[in-house]
Amino acid sequence: MSTHDLIVIGAGPAGMATASKAADLGLTVAVLDEQPRAGGQVYRDVDRVAALRGDILGADYTQGATLTAGLHHQAIEHVPGATVWAIEDGFRVSYTRAGRGAQIAADRILLATGALERPMPLPGWTLPGVMTAGAGQILLKQSGVLAKSAALVGCGPLLYLIAAQMVRAGTPPVAMIETQTRSDLIEAARHVGGALRGWPYMLKGLKMLAEITRAKVPRYPGATEIRIEGTDTAEAVSFVHRGRAHRIACRTVFLHHGVVPNTQAARSLGVSHRWHAGQSCFAPRLDVWGQSDVTGVFIAGDGAGIGGAKAAELAGRLAALKVAEESGRLSTDERDRQAAPLRSAHARELAARPFLDRAYPPFAGALAPEDATVICRCEEVTAGDIRGHARLGCLGPNQAKAFSRAGMGPCQGRYCGLTVTSLLAAANGTSHDETGYYRIRPPLKPVTLGELATLEHSAPDTAE
Amino acid sequence: MKPDSPFLDLETAPRVAVSIDGAPLELPEGANLAAALLAAGVTVFRHTPVSGAPRGPFCMMGACFDCLVDIDGFTRQACMIEVSQGLRIIRPRDLGADDVDA
Ligand SMILES: Cc1cc2nc3c(=O)[nH]c(=O)nc-3n(C[C@H](O)[C@H](O)[C@H](O)COP(=O)(O)OP(=O)(O)OC[C@H]3O[C@@H](n4cnc5c(N)ncnc54)[C@H](O)[C@@H]3O)c2cc1C
Ligand code: FES
Repeated sequence: MSTHDLIVIGAGPAGMATASKAADLGLTVAVLDEQPRAGGQVYRDVDRVAALRGDILGADYTQGATLTAGLHHQAIEHVPGATVWAIEDGFRVSYTRAGRGAQIAADRILLATGALERPMPLPGWTLPGVMTAGAGQILLKQSGVLAKSAALVGCGPLLYLIAAQMVRAGTPPVAMIETQTRSDLIEAARHVGGALRGWPYMLKGLKMLAEITRAKVPRYPGATEIRIEGTDTAEAVSFVHRGRAHRIACRTVFLHHGVVPNTQAARSLGVSHRWHAGQSCFAPRLDVWGQSDVTGVFIAGDGAGIGGAKAAELAGRLAALKVAEESGRLSTDERDRQAAPLRSAHARELAARPFLDRAYPPFAGALAPEDATVICRCEEVTAGDIRGHARLGCLGPNQAKAFSRAGMGPCQGRYCGLTVTSLLAAANGTSHDETGYYRIRPPLKPVTLGELATLEHSAPDTAE
Repeated sequence: MKPDSPFLDLETAPRVAVSIDGAPLELPEGANLAAALLAAGVTVFRHTPVSGAPRGPFCMMGACFDCLVDIDGFTRQACMIEVSQGLRIIRPRDLGADDVDA
């Protein structure tokens, strides 16, 4: 009882590109996204915001309008504001929209649910006023809300991007407390051989750094012993830089040390995942088309492994070709002919990644937090608690839930899962793959009885 | 009196009346509720049931559940809601992450 040929979850670059390519090839597609407007994280709200703040956000943002335009296709049903909370075999997708439940179905499903900020448990990171850098960017992009006195803490291209945007907006950060070291950069250049391939990204980065430097934002690379101070809200960041202790007063702290695949939906479907050592995160196991080991389940974009917005778009088109071929809309020859240029462009995009991953590694102090630091924000479990469980024989994250409720709050481990795996692996001397990850079961997002009661089988206009 | 907000608001949308803990407040219509509250100087959204620690928005993308508030009797993520006329927002002291409705 299919309502569509393909259901796409997520309207970021990966989901939008998949949908328009699949629709062009004759498939009917439903695109569900919990945000009120298309764009994903990178192009959030671009249709409304490009005209308002395009100058601050830059061309890398405003170009997203080409992708949102692709959703206006008669074979695409874009359902904004739809929070997907269950995907069952077959595939039946349950979602909530404006307080009502609904279900649609298709033989094939593409997960384009993107990335999450890598958890950065530091002392004081639960204080109000401490947010992810991505959150800071969302505030700026979607709402035009700017932090007047923010310290940026962590590392990576996205941290420089938001700093440059804040400079352009007239509210430069009070400081950049950076966790990468000079030797990280040297290692990256030497071992990956990717300095050259990463050159376009390096240039962009250098341009952003020049903007940040011109604005005289103080930078503290190689910072250690970072803590956020405050009682009711964040008041300062203290850290050690070149052997000296510093304390910088601020009212907002934006944390970032990379993004990691959002694997919740894929895990709930039983897709197998493997530890990706270079990116220090779990990623789903996929073939060259983005097809997982669960038949009919495709994954594209940052949810498949961090590659950035351009790579997400290209992976989406590749998956669409495979889905069209499987549905009899395309011969394998034609599929492969169209795939070839996409595949080489995709490989070019990914070529710079190992270099970036090595130059801006996750902050060691947040991968192995001190005992007193809260690592599960929902249930307020500390790193010391998890280490204690390991001493009592706890081997994996699912067992840890029984010990301390870690990961049992509504965020379902989105901001503690990787930390718990790493802490248990370190304490038990096991690999990340051996240690494993939380078992994820629906509902992926909380759903009310009222919404369940209104569950209706929607009759979309685009179904044949 | 409007508390001194750590945020600057570029939004120029017309304002509508809402209430927070019974006190009147004007927020830009259609704005993201969590962003609008931050811009209005509201930093603490709830206190945790475990330790009573204060919390405010962390991710702004519906993933962390730290922005939970009570709206017209339902526990909701403020970062996933748009401002509309007459919203009654309550910040209960012991709003647990487990009490979320949607
Ligand atoms: C907060 C944040 C900000 C970022 N900003 C930038 C940036 O400015 N520049 C840049 O180059 N990269 C940025 N990134 C990196 C980003 O991951 C990629 O560049 C790009 O957005 C990936 O595209 P995607 O299509 O894979 O996923 P995304 O663009 O993340 O899109 C995923 C979509 O899936 C939706 N979704 C997820 N789960 C569900 C569900 N259960 N139900 C319904 N919908 C769901 C989300 O609402 C989202 O719109 C950011 C990442 C994060 C986390
Ligand atoms: S701020 Fe994270 S869910 Fe709203």
